[in-house]
Amino acid sequence: MIKIELENVSLGYHHRPVLSNLTFRVMPGEVVGMIGPNGSGKSTVIRALTRIISPLSGKILLNGRDLSMIDRQEIARMLGVVPQLPLLPSAFTGFEVVLMGRNPHLGLFAHETETDLEITWRAMEMTGTQALAKRSVGELSGGQIQCLLIARALAQQTEAVLLDEPTANLDIGRQIDVLDLIKRLCREQGLSVLAALHDLNLASQYCDRLVLISEGRLYGRGTPVEVVTPENIEAVYGADHCVYSHPVNGLPVVLVNGGGRLKNSEAKGAGV
Amino acid sequence: MKTDISKERTMSAETAASDPAWAAHLVPWRKRTYAVIGMCVALVVVIAVATTVGSVSIPLSATVKVILSKLSFLQIAPTWQSGTDIIIMEIRLPRVILAGLVGAALGTAGATYQGLFRNPLADPYLIGVAQGASLGAVAGFLLPVTGSFLGMGVVPMFAFIGALGSMAVVYALARQGKSLPVTTLILAGVALSALLGSIVSYLIISSGDKMHSIVFWLMGSFSLSRWSDVRLVLPYMVIGIGVILLYSRPLNVMQLDEEQAQQLGINVERLKLVLLAAATLITAAAVSFVGTIGFVGIIIPHAVRLIWGADYRFLLPLSVLSSAIFLILADLIARTLLSPTEIPVGVVTALFGAPFFLYLLRRRRRVIF
Repeated sequence: MIKIELENVSLGYHHRPVLSNLTFRVMPGEVVGMIGPNGSGKSTVIRALTRIISPLSGKILLNGRDLSMIDRQEIARMLGVVPQLPLLPSAFTGFEVVLMGRNPHLGLFAHETETDLEITWRAMEMTGTQALAKRSVGELSGGQIQCLLIARALAQQTEAVLLDEPTANLDIGRQIDVLDLIKRLCREQGLSVLAALHDLNLASQYCDRLVLISEGRLYGRGTPVEVVTPENIEAVYGADHCVYSHPVNGLPVVLVNGGGRLKNSEAKGAGV
Repeated sequence: MKTDISKERTMSAETAASDPAWAAHLVPWRKRTYAVIGMCVALVVVIAVATTVGSVSIPLSATVKVILSKLSFLQIAPTWQSGTDIIIMEIRLPRVILAGLVGAALGTAGATYQGLFRNPLADPYLIGVAQGASLGAVAGFLLPVTGSFLGMGVVPMFAFIGALGSMAVVYALARQGKSLPVTTLILAGVALSALLGSIVSYLIISSGDKMHSIVFWLMGSFSLSRWSDVRLVLPYMVIGIGVILLYSRPLNVMQLDEEQAQQLGINVERLKLVLLAAATLITAAAVSFVGTIGFVGIIIPHAVRLIWGADYRFLLPLSVLSSAIFLILADLIARTLLSPTEIPVGVVTALFGAPFFLYLLRRRRRVIF
């Protein structure tokens, strides 16, 4: 069980803050979604949580321990990461890439045992990636790589998982497969999940709570109903979106008003 | 015939049913483990053959007997011609062993740099070690200094200092705070190499009657190998190669990229530092004694990738063994092909190695990097 807490955290690069005064927490057994426009700093939060960058100020706590005091390998045994579509070394097979998820559990002198292979294979079964095991990752599609990376995070067997746009390259069926799987693991095993998501509809369907980041700060947080409101969406993403209630479960749904801005600018153009 | 095939089929079906699904992924590992064992055997055979062949013909049985007789626990009566044991033990064997050690060092360092920089064009000389060693060696030839230090002659000692010195400069230039950006390191190394290279070129053309021996050294040769060289080089090789082999699994994870490697628990900056130091040290030790032999360090790791794949847990030990075998054979050609004239071994490596590599490249259709 892992509790992730951010207390007044400011993040940035070369001392220039990108985000300031961020405070929120992720509790065991809950899926927290991070939403916000491009460049708002969602990936930066994930990088800070895995100590790729250190906070300019404030504290990040894992189970009450200051992240900066925890050894990198121990962090990797607590937090699994699904990065946003990285380049993978094309000479390696799918199985070999997923097997790398076992690295945090192995010492310098150790080598992978049958248990590691079994865990790796089970992670590939859960994500339906068995068919990719023998293929070189250089020839896989973006969606296939995404699923392999999720398998790798599962093979890491951590109690917290950070996902950076896990569904960005998936078709609608695979999006549901992946998020269902994560939600199920979260419920059954008490995983703490933090996911950066672009798709507001998936975010409100799957997340227990949302944090909305915009203009370098926490713009809002709470349940999807509290965060995905017409006011917030218009303020953060601009106009031309309509927020409805989902006909089945009542959660907020955002629909795009296609071409709305185009008509506005046409009207303006005619005026000139 | 027919029954045999069906029998085989049912057997494989049975194993498939009883083995868990992941067991299939052990097969390539097992094959590569056999390859490591096979290459160890091949190395021993190549050492024996290379020691036997030379200007004075000595039968293989005599060679093996002479070598075995030196092992104190074996009692072998001398049945060979007088002088044979001196040719083998004092002239050929140290030369063969040194060639093997230098080959192993260059192949390992090349594979390590390629992995660390995630760049297939990296070779042991990429970040300035060779030009530093060359400048040191040229200084050793030209300066009016003689003598030796700890059994090291002036030229190898200056070359060693030059190699480590240039590495230290490149490292200091590339370092940014606590981190060592790989791109900066490569660029600093390439620029410093060019600078030192031009100084070396100028010194060569103005070196007068020493020009021949300098150029011969730069191309690499084992003609002066002695046991004392082997004794000096051996500790660097054992420690350096040993450390690198320990880090082969982290080096696999590094192939993802630095950020993912960190997220999978690797201390990337420490890994870079340890591996750079180890690879540089073995390269420096190797080139100081025998000159800047090219081709081995960049091509042998790729040949290993073509044949056995890119997994560093196997790539590194197989590069150690293949490069040792390759350089022993190259040196054998260098000293026998135009005997009694010796060809610089650095010429032989590419002359005979490149066609073989090109053949592998055409034949295999594997993603190698």
